Order: sequence, then C-alpha cells, then structure tokens
Amino acid sequence: MSADVVRARGLRRFIDDERWLGRLLIAPAVIYIVALVGFPFLLAIYYSLSDATVGSRTLHFVGLRNFRLIMDNPTFWESLRNAIVFTLVSQVLVVVLAKILALALNKNFRGKWLVRFLILLPWVAPISLGVIGWLWIFDPVYSIINWGMRAIGVFGPDTWPIWLGQPKLAMASVIMVDVWRLLPLATVIILAGLSSIPQDINDAAAVDGAGFWRHLFRITVPLVMPIMLVALLFGIVFTFTDMIVIFVLTRGGPYDTTQVLASYAFFTGIQGGDLADGAAISLFLFPVLVGVAALFLTMARRAEVT
Amino acid sequence: MEMTSTPLRRWLSRGGHFVILAAFVTFCAFPFYWMLITTFKDTHDLISTTGNPFLFNNPPTLENLRVLFVDTQFGRWLINTVVVGLSVVAITLVLAVPAGYSLARLAGRWGQQLAIGIFLTYLIPPTILFIPFSRIIGAFGLQDSLWSLVLVYPSFTVPFCTWLLMGFFKTIPKDIEEAAMIDGLSRFGAFFKVVVPISMPGLLTVVIFAFTLVMQEFVYALTFITSSSQYTVSVGVPTFLVRGDVYFWGSLMGACLIVSIPIAIIYNFFVDRFVAGFTVGAIK
Repeated sequence: MSADVVRARGLRRFIDDERWLGRLLIAPAVIYIVALVGFPFLLAIYYSLSDATVGSRTLHFVGLRNFRLIMDNPTFWESLRNAIVFTLVSQVLVVVLAKILALALNKNFRGKWLVRFLILLPWVAPISLGVIGWLWIFDPVYSIINWGMRAIGVFGPDTWPIWLGQPKLAMASVIMVDVWRLLPLATVIILAGLSSIPQDINDAAAVDGAGFWRHLFRITVPLVMPIMLVALLFGIVFTFTDMIVIFVLTRGGPYDTTQVLASYAFFTGIQGGDLADGAAISLFLFPVLVGVAALFLTMARRAEVT
Repeated sequence: MEMTSTPLRRWLSRGGHFVILAAFVTFCAFPFYWMLITTFKDTHDLISTTGNPFLFNNPPTLENLRVLFVDTQFGRWLINTVVVGLSVVAITLVLAVPAGYSLARLAGRWGQQLAIGIFLTYLIPPTILFIPFSRIIGAFGLQDSLWSLVLVYPSFTVPFCTWLLMGFFKTIPKDIEEAAMIDGLSRFGAFFKVVVPISMPGLLTVVIFAFTLVMQEFVYALTFITSSSQYTVSVGVPTFLVRGDVYFWGSLMGACLIVSIPIAIIYNFFVDRFVAGFTVGAIK
C-alpha cells in the first residue's frame, strides 16, 4: 500500500511537472508570434483609424474617415475588382490544370524524377526572380512569344501585342504567371491525395468494370476532394495577398488595370507615405483570410472526428 | 477496361500521356531555359532580330556573368542573404523545436487548439503587416539594416516550422523517451539528449524550409531596406538591376538562374515532407 502511495505522489508530481514543462517549452514561440504577428496586426487596425504618415511622429484618431475616403476612390474599387478577378481566374485554372497534371504524373514512367523536377521549378525558385524571367519573355520589343508566333505563322506581319502594356493583355499575362507559379504546389498536393487512395478501391472499381471517366468522376474526384480544397485554399491565400507578380511585371499598370489590393496598399502606404490609408486598404484582405481560416478549422474538426 | 483493349488504343493513350506531360514541362520550365540561353548570349545577339533567338547566333560568352559579379553588388547581396538566412534558421530552431515537442507530447486538449492557432497565423500575409512593421522597425532604429529582416522573418518561419516539427515528433515512438526516463533522465533531458538527436531528418527539413522562405521573401525586404548594399538577392535583382531604361538582360537572367537552380535542387529532395506538412488533417 505504501508503495502505491509513493507511486501516486510521484505520478502527481510528474504530471504537474510535465504540464509546466510543456508550457515553458512553447512559451517563447507563442510570445514571439504574438509580438510579431498579433501586435502588428492590431497596430494595422489602429493605423487605419488614424492619420499616421511616414513623416510625422504623432498620430490622431480619426474614426472611419480613411475608410470613407477609400470607398470614394475609384482606384480602390478597381483594385478590389482586379484582385478578385486575378484570384478567381487563376485559381480555377490552377485547380483544373493541376488535376490533369497530377493524373498524368500518377503513372510510372521513365525519367519521372526529371519531369517532376522541371515541373517544380516555378514553385521552388524565388518568386521575384522567376517573374523577372517572364518580364524578359514579355519584353515589348524582343518578346519571344511574339517571335515564335510569327515564325509559325499565327501572328501576321502587323500583329505585335505588347503583353504588359495593353490593359486586357496585361491582366491575362499576370494571371498566366500566377498560374505558372502556383501550379506545382497544387499538383504535388493533389498527387499526395491521389497516392493515398487505397489500391483495393481502384481494384474493386476495375473488377466492377468502371471505365476511365466513370472511375475519374465516381472515385478519384470525390476521394481527392478534401485535398483539392486544401490546394485551393492555399492558392487563394497566396494569390489574393500577393503583390510580387504585379510589382515586378506591371507595377499595377497600365492605368491601374492590374492594380490589386496588396500592391495598391504598398504604393499608397509605403511609396506614397500615407500609412493610415495603406493600412486601411490592406485590411480589406482580411475577410478573405477569415473565410479561408474558417474552412480550414471546419476541415480540421472533421479530420479530428473521423 | 476500355483503356487497355487493343495495341492501338494503348499506343494512343501513351502518346496522349506524353503530349500532356510535354506541354506542362514546356510551360513550367521554359522561362528557366530562356534564362539559361540569355545568360550566355552576347548583347548583339540578344537584340538582333534577324537570327533565330532560340539558338546562339554569336558564340556564347561569359561577359554577362562578369558584369554581374564585378560591376554590380550581386556578390554582396548573396552574402547578405546567407547571413540573414542563417540567423533566421538559428532563431527558428531555438523557438520551433521546443514548441513542436511541447505540442506533440506535453500539451493536452489545449495543445490541439493552439497548434491550429499557430498554423493559422502562417496565413496572415506580409501585405497586411508590412505597414505597421515599417514604423516598428523605425522605432527600433533598424531601418535599412539587415537585422530588421532577422527580427521579422521568424514571424513566418516559426509558425510553419512548429507545425512541421509537431507532426514529426508525433511519429517518434513514445517508448524511446520512456526508456530514457527510466534510465534516470528527466523529461527535458530525454527530449534534449534522446529525441532531438534522432530527429535530425525533421530538423534538416525545417532548416531547408526556413532558409528557402528567407530567400523567397520580397515584401518586407522591399519595405525596410533602401540602400543597395543592404539588399537581399530577391529584392536587389528586381529593383536595382531593373532600374532605368537600359536592361542588362544577360546579367539579370544569370542572377536569377544562379540563385534558383541550387534552391530548386535541394528543395526537390524535401518536397514530399512539405506537402505532408501542408496537408496534415486532410490526408489520413
């Protein structure tokens, strides 16, 4: 009996210890994240309600004035619209193309590692540098796309599009570059989902005589759905909040036709020096992030239950 | 069943497979091929409109690379990037390794919630935080200093690395620590002397991931740094080398290629682990 008591006491001390050790080990990381993500985020909200500028040290509370001014600014609405078009069109393309590419990569064939390496390049190379490659490809005078199209006879002698200089083409170009950048991530995520489908399900379907399309839409697509959603959510976050592609390729031009919220916030807040307006503009990114986070939470809860 | 019925069908399906892959590979890798050929072309060849631009019409040259390393601060930017990268990796390891272990082993129900909370902060983008940061950095007197980047970058490396490490520590059998603790080590001792050493693959993944995130980062460096000698590669090349009307395309493409390819090769080995980290919860 005394041995039991000793063990119980030791156990209790042990549990208490563990609990404190757990908190102690995680505290530095949590403090760092709160100080460098939570605090600046609150500050962003505060700035958006103030008249902060780069030059002055003092700031005053001005309520919702900045938001009212932004709402009256046509460039803001244009940026919001562009950001939505940019995100939606590129993500629809990414999901469809990534699904096709993942199905093609799911087979075994010679040289697969090389193909995978080449396909991953756009994702793993630093974004700003990869995009400079496209800046050269879209060059108004030496564009290799135009040269190639003319060489194979698609473009006549009078056709020479200026990819980044004409409004509609500029939007199409930045969307294409964004698809190029995010396609590899979505592909490897979907590929991971495909390879997690148990082989006996595929075998059972084959025995039942399911053809390619039936198999695709009745088995593959439903089973890969959750993971496609993960790829899509990351794609939405990375595209909607991105300014690198726009900054390097068009700086929002021509005439703000490729200006998105993130780049507009940068040009207003940092280059224009109007921190308050910049903060207010960038906060319009937040609702989308909340939506994405809510979906992630739902999925995490479901994964916990099953 | 329909797919494999006749040799013709099989041949067609194989051909289709090849065409699809070829199209995707061209789309993804062409810009890098184009960087490669541009890097070694001489300037006259680059701006001549007569020859076939896909080939070398004049003999290949190393002049563009000479300009890059001798006449620009590219070498300096590389060193800056490595300094920032190593510092951020060190901070990330110190913070994320204990945090990941705590979430994997020592936390109860609140651990699960906290882990998801930490993961979600990874979704808050630099484009919301860079405006308040520009002032915070000024208040610390760190504007135009590489230390501003060392301070801020862990705010996005720590959340994801904690998450990755938590997943990694969960795969280590509990018996190993229990055996060490029976042998007289404390819980912390078991973690530090037994678990950490056998977790080297996980730690290596985190090192690579944190380092590549630093090399990719653009927005903060663009915001905080103003003098060209303090740039990192990802900002120095697109802002400083692309200034003005004269573009040194050969040198620019060389700079992009030199940085991209080594990272791509290293990253390639670890990609499956990152994907596992991205998709925890969705794949079981």
